[in-house]
Amino acid sequence: MLHKSPDKEAQTTKPLTDTVGKSNKHDSAERHIKGNALYIDDIREPKGTLHLAPGYAQATSGIIKSLDLTAVKSAPGVVAVLTAEDIPGINDCSPAMGDDMILADGHILFHGQVIFAVVAESHLEARKAARFAKIEIEETKPMVTVEDGIEQDASVLPPYEFLRGSPKDTISKAPHKIMDSFRIGGQEHFYLEGQVSMAIPGDEGEMLVHSSTQHPTEIQHTVAKMLGVSDASVVCECRRMGGAFGGKESQAAQWSALAALAAHVTGRPAKMRLDRDDDMIMTGKRHDQRCDWQAGFDDKGKLSAVDVEFLSRCGCSADLSLGVNDRTMFHADNSYFYPEARIFSRRVKTNTVSNTAFRGFGGPQGMVFSERMMDSIAIKLSMDPLDVRKINFYGEEGRDVTPFGMKVEDNILDELVSELEQTCDYRKRRDALNQFNKTSPFLKKGLALNPIKFGISFTLKHLNQAGALVHVYTDGSVQVNHGGTEMGQGLYTKVAQVVAEEFGIDLDHVKITATKTDKVPNTAPTAASSGSDMNGMAAKYAAGTIKDRLIELAATLYQVDKEAVTFAKNVVQVGDQEIPFSELTKQAFLHRVSLSSTGYYATPNITWDRETKDGRPFLYFAYGACCAEVTIDTLTGEMTVDRIDILHDVGKSLNPAIDIGQIEGGFVQGMGWLTTEELVYDDQGRLRTHAPSTYKIPTASDIPEDFRVNLWNSTGNREETIYRSKAVGEPPVMLATAVTSAITNAIASLKPNTIPQIDTPATPENILRSVKQMQAGN
Amino acid sequence: MRQNIKFVRDGKTVELTNVDPNETLLDYLRLTEGSCGTKEGCGEGDCGACTVAVGSIQDGQLEYQAVNSCIQLLGMLDGKEVITVDDLSKGQDGLHPVQDAMLKHHGSQCGFCTPGIVMSLFTLYHTEKAADRNSINNQLAGNLCRCTGYRPIIDAALESCTGSAEDRFSESLEATTALLKKLDDGEDLFVGDEERFFAAPASISSLAQLYETHTDAIIVAGATDVGLWITKQLRDLPKIIHLGRVKCLDLIKDNGDEIIIGASATYAQALDSLTSIDPDVAEVIRRIGSTQVRASGTIGGNIANGSPIGDSPPLLIALDAKLTLQKGNKTREIDLEDFFVDYGKQDRVAGEFVSQVRIPKLAPSQTLRSYKISKRFDQDISAALAAFRFTHDNGIISEARIAYGGMAATPKRATETEKTLVGMDLNNSNDWQKAIAALELDFKPMSDMRASAEYRMDAAKGLLIKALHETSGIPTTNTRVIGIREAV
Repeated sequence: MLHKSPDKEAQTTKPLTDTVGKSNKHDSAERHIKGNALYIDDIREPKGTLHLAPGYAQATSGIIKSLDLTAVKSAPGVVAVLTAEDIPGINDCSPAMGDDMILADGHILFHGQVIFAVVAESHLEARKAARFAKIEIEETKPMVTVEDGIEQDASVLPPYEFLRGSPKDTISKAPHKIMDSFRIGGQEHFYLEGQVSMAIPGDEGEMLVHSSTQHPTEIQHTVAKMLGVSDASVVCECRRMGGAFGGKESQAAQWSALAALAAHVTGRPAKMRLDRDDDMIMTGKRHDQRCDWQAGFDDKGKLSAVDVEFLSRCGCSADLSLGVNDRTMFHADNSYFYPEARIFSRRVKTNTVSNTAFRGFGGPQGMVFSERMMDSIAIKLSMDPLDVRKINFYGEEGRDVTPFGMKVEDNILDELVSELEQTCDYRKRRDALNQFNKTSPFLKKGLALNPIKFGISFTLKHLNQAGALVHVYTDGSVQVNHGGTEMGQGLYTKVAQVVAEEFGIDLDHVKITATKTDKVPNTAPTAASSGSDMNGMAAKYAAGTIKDRLIELAATLYQVDKEAVTFAKNVVQVGDQEIPFSELTKQAFLHRVSLSSTGYYATPNITWDRETKDGRPFLYFAYGACCAEVTIDTLTGEMTVDRIDILHDVGKSLNPAIDIGQIEGGFVQGMGWLTTEELVYDDQGRLRTHAPSTYKIPTASDIPEDFRVNLWNSTGNREETIYRSKAVGEPPVMLATAVTSAITNAIASLKPNTIPQIDTPATPENILRSVKQMQAGN
Repeated sequence: MRQNIKFVRDGKTVELTNVDPNETLLDYLRLTEGSCGTKEGCGEGDCGACTVAVGSIQDGQLEYQAVNSCIQLLGMLDGKEVITVDDLSKGQDGLHPVQDAMLKHHGSQCGFCTPGIVMSLFTLYHTEKAADRNSINNQLAGNLCRCTGYRPIIDAALESCTGSAEDRFSESLEATTALLKKLDDGEDLFVGDEERFFAAPASISSLAQLYETHTDAIIVAGATDVGLWITKQLRDLPKIIHLGRVKCLDLIKDNGDEIIIGASATYAQALDSLTSIDPDVAEVIRRIGSTQVRASGTIGGNIANGSPIGDSPPLLIALDAKLTLQKGNKTREIDLEDFFVDYGKQDRVAGEFVSQVRIPKLAPSQTLRSYKISKRFDQDISAALAAFRFTHDNGIISEARIAYGGMAATPKRATETEKTLVGMDLNNSNDWQKAIAALELDFKPMSDMRASAEYRMDAAKGLLIKALHETSGIPTTNTRVIGIREAV
């Protein structure tokens, strides 16, 4: 066994209640392993279902001069070819800004922009036909890099800045300063299930859209707007996604809209499933950024001021770039107090696919910066990087306010980091590693222990709301529905645990149902790690309302005080009588008591005002720390991760096994982003890494044999979250900065007091380049 | 001649007469059978979501191998058993042991890669050795999971794959073996007509005759490359000749001082013999594709398709391998390096096919070192691959054969570097500079999405230095982060 298994964890963590806090299996686990969990492409197609494939030009930017679709239309199996003219309503699938065309109308903004869609009897026929188009583009010189965009002064959104004090002056007067620039790479989501949607036309004007989406409400709105019908005419349903990671928050809309358009035009059901290469070429990714920074600090490494600029490649439209890049800024401090700071973000427009949400939503880029800064200070001062980190942690009054003005009230950094430092044997391993590096000519080891602090809540205030719908049936079984979507993170399981606990019934009496806009309307996307916090609470309220009615009924029927009615182990205790839960639900029907209720939750204490840069954007922070040990080969730049120790704070865990799964999976995804996953665009702005053959996410052998993951023994979230738990979806991604820091540490061993220049991802090529630069100076 | 395809599904023989030569196994499963447990993740054999188990008789025994169904042509399954995730616990009270372990260890999150992972573990479950971390890493290298970080899956494998299989498939072993033996009828297979067909000749003479008649046909061994022409380039390949049923073409023979590998022998089949040459040979083969790819792909195919980034050619060139080609009943043997004429051009005439490769073993005075450089260690295509065979005595090099992949339009020898190395002292690293510099005369690599030209050259030099140090006696524990020889 690897060092830490969730079963072990489950044994050591006492469940909070009968159901909540237990390591229940993912609700679909058994179906996953048997292969009978239905994804959209597995749903039995209604008779006559048509299939779509997208068509695009081989150009990156320019004007469409002519579009000859004759050969496409006459290809075998083709039923229709859709262009912008076929759209009855509004040709837009953007989340907010109105700048993402469903089908290109005149202009090409990036390589892969969809110009037309083929509708054919089979998927293969549609794909084949799409290649027969003759498209003439009057090409213009594309803006590919952020530098290209800046040269043209092109932005998708205005820049934004946090400023405290006069950091530039302070830095110039500081005893020590560093000025640096480096690049942070983007990341492809590589959800295993590609984008897919099936639209089924109903009565005139009605449309049912099955979509693999994190945001069914947005799909509903986009389709309604595109068809020119009311929101009430469109229903979007999503039972599960085969992974999403932010890549199906706004990016699912275009394919749903096209499937719905095909269904509208032909009157037949229509399915659009993107081929993997098309998916990778046509959908947005994590923002890559250039980071220019300088910092001033004293002899002990304590910062006096930080000035950082993030130049973010947003691609051809705004998409979610506002929130993403704001969050880069919100997390540019990570766990550290910057007495004075300027944090500036430029949202550069380029002729590349519009970048989008990706687990961490910009936060990871902010933290890659903060950790590079910590490593750089340590190297410059010949200090242990952990000591530099610790001395800069948020602390007592006077050192507890973020650059955006929020007070850090739930700080556990010192305790958590010290515990990991002890349990992972940091100091002893540091000594051993120094010894190794002295005597090893070709291989060098590096060690790093990095903290994270991640803010929980949508920084767009109105998204912090959730709804749920609970039905209890007369046989005592329960259906639960809520606005959150299931992408593998175990949200459905956690919410079902909450509902089962409320009624004191076994988990398998709670039936989880697909997220659907006609059950719970006007929902937020399942994003920002907030799924369990918000939907769990909404479902608890819904169940609680029904439970209150049942209590009242039982108290009346059996002449006891309401306080004497309790629910546990499928039995309702009414005074000294025990009544099966299913008996009470029958009684409720006979006595005309409603067994259905909605529940609604709006996250409290969120006061952020983006205009005034004032207030509190987050309900609380999630914390964690990771220690990474790596070995690099200075002849080739190859690298292995030898050991990982993680201690992570999930408050009181709703489900330790699921939480550990999120931590391990998030960490490995972050590690991939920072090491092997490289997006390569050619000088024409065409993505060259658009398949798993060329884009390399971690595989089983990339995770260290020694991989120790533990939950922080928390006394619970100090905020009143669901069972005092904390969100866990995104934060663990950022634990992986320890890997880059360890690599930096290994390279730095080649030459004292010299900061290695290294961009992410730290591929063998980037590592070797950095090694050679260090050696060249010797 | 037989005109239908036969394979075993769920204990019964399926016969199909109307099979398009380009139809994939995955499409057959999902679209024709409606067995939707098997997923399409990438359509190019790189993610493993579509993994199924294929049973075949190897040396008289029924063996299961994981393959990517998205790039297996349906006709290639002739004579085999196909097992998918939908079949594992069909009609059973409980789950299959690997499913049980996956459930227990929370091995699925989104669940989309899970069917493929379960099937990969199913084939590991049916191997006779208890799994360890290395065998699991190898087994799973071709199964990408984006959610779990693999740890729970590895734990599930460690617990369930203990080397003794007891499931409904081991129970029906004899019946299945009998069914498969019955399907092995030695008949030439030809489905379709003269314009459009899937053919699988049963003998070398039938193959030679058919290919001379249809010189425009595509020869397919494992389809790990040709499969992508169909699924990705969307090419229509009307005439397919499959090598999988040709008797004796998959021979693997150890002649004492050399090993002969037939053109249709898969990497998986050839691995043991090749390992006897040197552990570095085994390591290069281990890092070609994934378990799924190595179960289908062949060394013959890796050579014949002439790719500049195939991993086995530079290794075999350094080993001074000879290639046999056949047309009709005429055969000829050439030096392997001469086969690669230029980018996309090989020394092969119409109707001529690769029949075998002959690989000399190392002499006692020879040392082999080979290295693969890629962004990810497992299942990645090389940025560069280097292979060195040094003949040396008392620390002096008397002969050097060096070949690189990824450094030129073809797999190519470093002839200038080889020359400068002759007479060089292995124990005097100051002496090596001339040889290292000579690599720049031998190669002008290019930049692409895998690596820049600059990196390729730097890494090529680093690998030469590494090979020389290792040949001089430095243990690889001090020189490598992967493929450590002392661990073998």
